[in-house]
Amino acid sequence: MIKLTTPISPEEVKKLKVGDQVSISGVIYTARDAAHKRMVEAHSKGEKLPVDLKGQIIYYVGPCPAKPGKVVGAAGPTTSGRMDKYAPTTLDEFGLIGMIGKGQRSPEVVEAIKRNGAVYFVGVGGAGALLATKIKKVECMAYEDLGCEAIYRFEVEDLPVIVGIDSEGNNAYDIALKK
Amino acid sequence: MKEINVQDITKVVEELCIKACTTLGNDWWQVMDDAISKENSPLAKDILKMLEENAKLAADTGEAICQDTGVAVVFLELGQDVRLIGGDLYDAINEGVRNGYTNGYLRKSVVSDPLLRKNTGDNTPAIIHTEIVPGDNLKIIVAPKGTGSENMSTLKMLKPADGKEGIVNFVLESVKAAGPNPCPPIVVGVGIGGNLERAGYIAKKALLRPLGQKNPLPHVAELEEELIEAVNNIGLGPQGLGGRTTALDVHVEVAPCHIGALPVAVNINCHASRHAEAVL
Repeated sequence: MIKLTTPISPEEVKKLKVGDQVSISGVIYTARDAAHKRMVEAHSKGEKLPVDLKGQIIYYVGPCPAKPGKVVGAAGPTTSGRMDKYAPTTLDEFGLIGMIGKGQRSPEVVEAIKRNGAVYFVGVGGAGALLATKIKKVECMAYEDLGCEAIYRFEVEDLPVIVGIDSEGNNAYDIALKK
Repeated sequence: MKEINVQDITKVVEELCIKACTTLGNDWWQVMDDAISKENSPLAKDILKMLEENAKLAADTGEAICQDTGVAVVFLELGQDVRLIGGDLYDAINEGVRNGYTNGYLRKSVVSDPLLRKNTGDNTPAIIHTEIVPGDNLKIIVAPKGTGSENMSTLKMLKPADGKEGIVNFVLESVKAAGPNPCPPIVVGVGIGGNLERAGYIAKKALLRPLGQKNPLPHVAELEEELIEAVNNIGLGPQGLGGRTTALDVHVEVAPCHIGALPVAVNINCHASRHAEAVL
């Protein structure tokens, strides 16, 4: 298990290889369908983003509401493919270095990952209750009207993920099927 | 004629929403234990154990198993001798869904219009299916359905000449195309026959059957055996990261159809086979 603390450097990303099990601590940001659409639309109009994503990691998640005394409800990864339309912009233009989600990415996203020396992590989809215990602090940063689809700042401790696509474009899903 | 007050239905639906999103049945635990013992890949074994740990945590704390607490799909079997009093049945069900998703701290994932996409804020409206049956009971099943798996579901109008081979190929194509997206290990509901909408409906109903239980029709049970074997030979495995356990079960339901038709619907569910029921 490789332990990483955010923000992660391009050198650290380069060392990550497909299939590596990684434990992430530090600050990450959430965004899914609606927040991506808004950010990319705002950017195309020349507007400033509500959060500086340079060198940051986005976690594709829409958490459940927090119960009293908790910081967040269940919070596992959602299907990344729905963000494929927007992901190259987040990497090329927002300077994002990592994404956490689940499922396959499009060839365009894989190319953008390689071009930017970024990384795609996959979490265990369906383990939302367990993954929520790794989230220690939550703050809404933007688009509060989107509810669970707003952009949140998560402080995480030892969030378990696997390198799904490394900076050279090697893909864990393709490798698994070839075996 | 038995009277049922719709206010009682609201209460029951609220409880079923919370129960379904936070606990899984004994059948689930049995097939998961079985899958772990049969799995050879260490990573696959670890993922399955993590899903069991997650389910235990959810049941112990009342936290949702998965953040995608879905659209509430409600199946009603309404006895024809029941008289409903106290208000509108579907309003009462939606009130139960609203209360369940609010009081249970479950995620609200419904938009009121597919093009305008504004969240309704309370997870209503539910998708309600009603069947009128003999007797004076009302059976309510709440099956929250997440979209990671629903989005991977398929329907195809095969030709009768495609036969069983065509059906098996279509199911395998669907599972392969879904890949890691529906969070394998999946549960596969297959609806064969009927027409466009009935095939989808019975595929969804197939997901309600306890895991490990075969269709009572021998030729359908045989097809289920063939499908589970073929699906688990694909090699996708838990989360699509390789292994034997691509599916926990494959359930097939059949319905009469036109002489020229062979509709097949494949409704994919994630590992969390969520449904809870009550009889009033």
